[in-house]
Amino acid sequence: MSGNHQTLALVLFSVFVAVTLAITTWASRKRHGTAEEFYAGGRLFSPLENGFAIAGDYMSAASFLGIAGLIALYGYDGLLYSVGFLVAWLVVLFLVAELVRNCGRFTLADVVAARMSERPVRIAAGTSSVTVSVLYLVAQMVGAGSLVALLLGGTSGAAQSWTVVGVGALMVVYVSLGGMRATTWIQIVKAVLLMAGAITLTVLVLVRFHGDFNQLLNTAAERSGHGAKFLGPGLKYGGSWTAKFDFISLGLALVLGTAGLPHILSRFYTVPTARAARRSVVWSIALIGSFYLMTVVLGFGAAAIVGSDAVRRSNPAGNTAVSLLSLDLGGGADSTGGTVLFAVVAAVAFATILAVVAGITLASSASVAHDLYASLRSRRKPPASPRSEVAVARVAAVGIGLVAIALGLLARDLNVAFLVGLAFAVAASANLPVLLYSLFWRGFTTRGAVWSVYGGLVPALVLVALSPVMSGSPESIFPGLDFQVFPLQNPGLVSIPLGFAAGWIGTVTSTEPPDEAKHAEVEVRSLTGAGAV
Amino acid sequence: MFCPCLGARPKCAADEESSVEKHEDRVAGRVRLSDPGGLGDPWRDASASGWGELDGTGAPASALPHARGVSQQADQKPTTRAADIYLEVQGSPAFQEVRRRYRRFVVPACAAFFAWYVAYVVAATAAPDLMARPVAGAVNVAMVAGLGQFLSTFLLTWAYARHARLRRDHAALELRWDTQELTRGVQR
Repeated sequence: MSGNHQTLALVLFSVFVAVTLAITTWASRKRHGTAEEFYAGGRLFSPLENGFAIAGDYMSAASFLGIAGLIALYGYDGLLYSVGFLVAWLVVLFLVAELVRNCGRFTLADVVAARMSERPVRIAAGTSSVTVSVLYLVAQMVGAGSLVALLLGGTSGAAQSWTVVGVGALMVVYVSLGGMRATTWIQIVKAVLLMAGAITLTVLVLVRFHGDFNQLLNTAAERSGHGAKFLGPGLKYGGSWTAKFDFISLGLALVLGTAGLPHILSRFYTVPTARAARRSVVWSIALIGSFYLMTVVLGFGAAAIVGSDAVRRSNPAGNTAVSLLSLDLGGGADSTGGTVLFAVVAAVAFATILAVVAGITLASSASVAHDLYASLRSRRKPPASPRSEVAVARVAAVGIGLVAIALGLLARDLNVAFLVGLAFAVAASANLPVLLYSLFWRGFTTRGAVWSVYGGLVPALVLVALSPVMSGSPESIFPGLDFQVFPLQNPGLVSIPLGFAAGWIGTVTSTEPPDEAKHAEVEVRSLTGAGAV
Repeated sequence: MFCPCLGARPKCAADEESSVEKHEDRVAGRVRLSDPGGLGDPWRDASASGWGELDGTGAPASALPHARGVSQQADQKPTTRAADIYLEVQGSPAFQEVRRRYRRFVVPACAAFFAWYVAYVVAATAAPDLMARPVAGAVNVAMVAGLGQFLSTFLLTWAYARHARLRRDHAALELRWDTQELTRGVQR
């Protein structure tokens, strides 16, 4: 890579950082230190704004870099991510968004705790929310690192590490100073930039093939080295039964995980009503759907124009496919157009990572302060005041930043989309069962709630630890060790049913009778919005 | 009392709201003070009433004559009568109708899209040859199914939003208002 790329990309990226810091300053100037302000931005965003922010929160580096990369390498099998990530929004729209908006205040645990004995439920739901967030953060950190590796020539490990540290530091600044208001505006700006970037590249790809999608696919198949097999299923997840079950497991995790992601749930609290929450989801489905359609074109475009082998040489996991594609679309490595387009794409990807990272950090600091800290304080002490809770949340953001940086440095050679798949599996196993049971099951009890969280969370994490991701294969995090027992990379197929089963068993074995009145309250409030904050 | 940002952002929901709602947004604050019975804009009601001051303490910080419903927090035990009100509302025909409409759309729709998605995923692993069969040019069954997933998602989203807007929103809103009326009486 020539020096021009780096300079221009760094300039653009600095501009974005400057703009976002300005937004943060502006937002923090108006803050009042209330929890409402910090966690939910005052609940006054419009559906359109929130729809863009949700899309900005959701379309992560994993989508832009990872999915296109997987499609470029494995063709059709990479498409599963695009489809799963979108279809998942139907679960959110139908079952979660409005009801959660009506019942809760800031976090997932609010919804569950409305019916249950508060303390154990909050601790359980808070723990699983923080776990999911940290996993998701690691994925974004890895994305940032691999992007910089490409930018600086792919060899500089130190630069990669420093990027991870820098991204971590920036996100802590955004979140702890700006709260939800700054985070939301950063996401809106990022969503617009990302859509613009994706549209530009997609149009350029289609123009290159004269709008002939058929020719694009044929060229991609030809240059991938796999021929027609590239366009059918089975390249990555074919052959052995293990790989096939891995595919199903991933598919389940993707479609059920979104509704359990803490940073997505917390977005619904930034609008005034359930109806506004519904309309923001409709907006975000439109944005996200069109974006994922474009990643399909970009992925096949990268295979057709750059070639699968070139993508693999640059980054074995495929994370750099879109960057290489932009270089070529602009006119090649030495042309001005290539330089500019490459720099723009790199800057957009950076912006994406920063925005997503800020959203997750905010959600997890809310879980730490609002759920864990508030519940773990001695019961004799008076409840924490909102101001001290917000202060705790700011400190928690720093702590979470440090953890994410450390793990991000450790896991930097894994595919970003795959890492996100893991986070989704844990969210679907630990958060979704308890959320759905609380909203829809009359007989659900406190014990059932606690069991369903831990019964999904613990198996999911243990199965990942025993999977080929951690040990036993050359691509593992610890390639030298072998404690692999569980064959699948994604635990969803086993851990999601376990989470639902644990909640059911905990409920039917619990001695306390379900509280009919509390259930009535949750049901009436969730469907009508009575008493919603 | 009032969230100071309300005044600063009168246009915030205006981008997509209908003109009626825009109007209501602007007057929401005023209406509520003078008319606690709730003829003001229902949609904006929740956020515009200074809730930030309640945070965490669970104790109302202001004496707004406003439908507050029952407590948000488990440590703030609702009175038995408030619990009775929710049970009563839950048993009322109006609420049963709203719930029935919601479930009648959501249950079949969820079953349908989930089955279609699982079928799509399983077909890719169990019948790769079928999925690889060309349909037109380079486009094969798998591609068509993938695009079909996108299409069905967009369609269901549209259908749900329409159903909720036409069949549920109005009834749910009236119930919200009635319930808040009832529970407010209890808390006093």
